[in-house]
Amino acid sequence: MGYPEYQVIIGLEIHAELATESKVFCSCPTTFGAAPNTQVCPICLALPGALPVLNEKAVELAVKAGLALGCEIPPFSRFDRKHYFYPDLPKAFQTSQLDHPLCRSGIVEFRVDDQTYQVRINRVHLEEEAGKSVHSGERLQGSHYSLMDLNRGGLPLIEIVTEPDLRSGEQAKAFLERLRTILRYIEVSDCKMQEGSLRCDANVNLSINDNGKNVRTSIVEIKNLNSFRAVERAINYEAQRQYEDYLDGNMSLNAGKITAGWSDAEGRTYVQRQKEQADDYFYFPDPDLVPIEISAEQVESWRSQLPELPAEREARFVTQYGLSAYDAGVLTAAKGIADFYETVVENFDGDPKIVANWVMGEVLRMLKDAGDEAEQALAEAPLKPHMLAELLQLLQSGAINGNQAKEVFAEMWTSGKDAAVVVKERGFEQISDTAAIAELVNAVIAANPKVIADIQGGKTSAMGFLVGQVMKKTAGKANPKLVNQLIREQLNIT
Amino acid sequence: MLNMTALALAKAIRAKKLSVTEAVAEYIKQIEQTNPHLNTFLTVSKDTALARAQTIQAQIAAGEITSPLAGVPIALKDNISTLGIRTTCAAKMLENYVPVYNATVVDRLEQAGMIVIGKLNMDEFAMGGSSETGAYGTVRNPWDTERVAGGSSGGSAAAVAAGEVPLALGSDTGGSIRQPCAFCGVTGIKPTYGAVSRYGLVAYASSLDQVGSIGRTIDDCAAVLSLIAGPDDNDSTCVISKTFTFDTPLLERLAGFRIGLPRNYFAGGINADVAQAVLAAAKELAAAGAQVEEFDMPLMDYMVPAYYIIACAEASSNLSRYDGLKYGYRSPAAETLAEVYRLSRSEGFGLEVKRRIMLGSFVLSSGYYDAYYKKALQTRTLIKQAYDRLFERFDMILSPVAPTTAYKLGENVDDPLKMYMGDIYTVSVNLAGLPAVALPCGFDRQNLPIGFQLIGAAFSESKLVSAARTYQHRTSFHLQQPGGAWV
Ligand SMILES: [Zn+2]
Repeated sequence: MGYPEYQVIIGLEIHAELATESKVFCSCPTTFGAAPNTQVCPICLALPGALPVLNEKAVELAVKAGLALGCEIPPFSRFDRKHYFYPDLPKAFQTSQLDHPLCRSGIVEFRVDDQTYQVRINRVHLEEEAGKSVHSGERLQGSHYSLMDLNRGGLPLIEIVTEPDLRSGEQAKAFLERLRTILRYIEVSDCKMQEGSLRCDANVNLSINDNGKNVRTSIVEIKNLNSFRAVERAINYEAQRQYEDYLDGNMSLNAGKITAGWSDAEGRTYVQRQKEQADDYFYFPDPDLVPIEISAEQVESWRSQLPELPAEREARFVTQYGLSAYDAGVLTAAKGIADFYETVVENFDGDPKIVANWVMGEVLRMLKDAGDEAEQALAEAPLKPHMLAELLQLLQSGAINGNQAKEVFAEMWTSGKDAAVVVKERGFEQISDTAAIAELVNAVIAANPKVIADIQGGKTSAMGFLVGQVMKKTAGKANPKLVNQLIREQLNIT
Repeated sequence: MLNMTALALAKAIRAKKLSVTEAVAEYIKQIEQTNPHLNTFLTVSKDTALARAQTIQAQIAAGEITSPLAGVPIALKDNISTLGIRTTCAAKMLENYVPVYNATVVDRLEQAGMIVIGKLNMDEFAMGGSSETGAYGTVRNPWDTERVAGGSSGGSAAAVAAGEVPLALGSDTGGSIRQPCAFCGVTGIKPTYGAVSRYGLVAYASSLDQVGSIGRTIDDCAAVLSLIAGPDDNDSTCVISKTFTFDTPLLERLAGFRIGLPRNYFAGGINADVAQAVLAAAKELAAAGAQVEEFDMPLMDYMVPAYYIIACAEASSNLSRYDGLKYGYRSPAAETLAEVYRLSRSEGFGLEVKRRIMLGSFVLSSGYYDAYYKKALQTRTLIKQAYDRLFERFDMILSPVAPTTAYKLGENVDDPLKMYMGDIYTVSVNLAGLPAVALPCGFDRQNLPIGFQLIGAAFSESKLVSAARTYQHRTSFHLQQPGGAWV
């Protein structure tokens, strides 16, 4: 008897910090990395009597995120209070959304290898971020003391909840990467996983076909996965663990949700607690905030402000520039890189595929270590897209060769000097001055009567020797095509 | 001077018959004499008030402040946030809490040249109807110091009645301005929900709380309301820009005023003296030309339960921020985080507050939400709709404020249900977000004040004040002053 077949069922809950200038319910700034507790006010400190006022920019960004994820925007939305005691939550409730989220029912397409998949988005809602705890030990439990930085408390967050449509760690990772690309394209979040502005919880369980009987393992929620790789590894580990535990008869079935953590170092999940019943957060509508009403006109106006989304841009790159789907995918994976590519193409008189090769090769190589900051590194690089276009123009005209172009590129990347300047400085410029070369050709012809005689006797292969002599006299800088042409003219060879 | 109305006092200051410093000093002297007997003030901000008096005097002299109440002292219920002045909500939990910001209403009073001379006692976190639940002792009624002043703004009403201050701010969540006004024989306005900013009012029940004024006369109260009302960018529920016009001339006749009298409010548990005095007030208004018509108030049995469910639900949420971590009381016995929460809240909150937090948590807990909280919200909608229909027929509704006059200290402390039923005439006004004025209308056989209220449609304060002004022009109950050993 073989092992029972199973399917992994995965749903994600993703939190992304919105790129607003001020917090969601007060006017404190959102700058990252300020000294602890310097970006706080009576509202985000939950001083007695303080009241929240909704930052409308946060609503705009959350709705734009929903639109980019194919969601519907209901005309009515409201905030609810979610209560729990924790030191990073000064009000002891998080202002969030329960029954009336800003966005509902979306769909996102993504690819793994050449296969396209779809994930349904259950909802996107707006809520506030908690403060940041700094424990003297590993975690609060057992720490000698804990410090609280409330600068982060009250930053606007969107929570994106998917339907359980994902089937593997690879899919989850690919979806998450696509999601990040979209959110960054529309500039609603910088989605930096290391800084915590994008976080992911994964709900994982198995649907097992055991001798024709369908069995479902209990859902395990793996919390706070903070890299794409961790998402993939944790899900795959957890699925395997559940399967093995099931075969061993150790896996709980259809029980309440189990919360688990992920240790990147050990490469394993560990169960934190089993919930007897769903947590009670005493949710109720926040009486301090008025319901949000968004007109259809407003939604359309925000929709019209959305830039071309990555999927559309990728398709356009294929048709407009004749790129392969793979190349178009790579170039459109980040908006800043796609923008860079298109600016080079606009300034370059030649095949866009040449530009694609250079951006995917030389440019991305330079950005390899920047990770999440690649777009910013590119924006800050001294080499601007029109400068790359000029370099490629020089290469295309034959003024320099490919190896030289790469050397020039590397210099331009760090110094910001123009291509022509670097070419001149390095002495790469080919001598294409006809008169100057003609003089050298004449001298070489005069100095090699025997070779001339051979050539005129039909041994045209000896031409190479003459060209070599001219190149030698110019230290290789003469334009070899031109040298060849002038020798033929002088010797009347057609 | 202590007998003057606030507007008369301001006039005397403008006419240079009296300096601001003299006025402030005189009231502070009175407070120092009577507060030990009445326990109305929790904090007297003597030094800052006297310092501000000089500044304001100079500004008045220079013509920089022209508000009709410039230079007049005012005291605030101790749940209104005052920059640099301790704000305790009469709670052990906030014993040493000194705010770093002013409530919007405080900024507005100060911009108009009023001088905050102190913070007034109340029920703990405004939860109670007798000003007995606070952590710093009971407020005593100036008419009989063995009786309660009412609550939760008991300190505010008693201080005005005792002449300790010409004006006070209170807050009204379920009758907390009107009922102590009735018990202490003074005048008060509970504004329409959203007319006055709640920013800086320490929340009890956010959808019901409203700051209002307490004074000797309706004109004094209206003058304060003019200063504090109006939209505030810091309060999302205070956005409607309605300007009240209280400076209309006195109406000798209330011709065309249609007043509804809820017949069923005068049956059952109401004290006979109270019923008689309130009905007499209706007769007085009829005599002034108003058309008074009886009707049956619907949903009477549901008002108090709906109110307590909603108020306690919101309170349980609003008070969860008092966790012993950031400010306020922290139990010295707490060693773990869980103990900080449990012990600080167990020791820091009083019995009535804990009762309401538990009630509120219960009605919001999953499994009970639909049966209680959701039902209460539906009831609230029905009550609103009932009032909407009534205001198609009437300009205002005349009703008792409380079924009794001030009761003996301690009489209801152990019987919360009896205490809650004392709110029967006031809570529906908050559930519907309506404005109301409370006015003195007589005395019972023990010479304790009786009050009545006029309830209007949302933002009809101007009309309510007009009717109240005519009433006070024709009567003198509001001019009576208490006496006793404490004077
Ligand atoms: Zn803030």
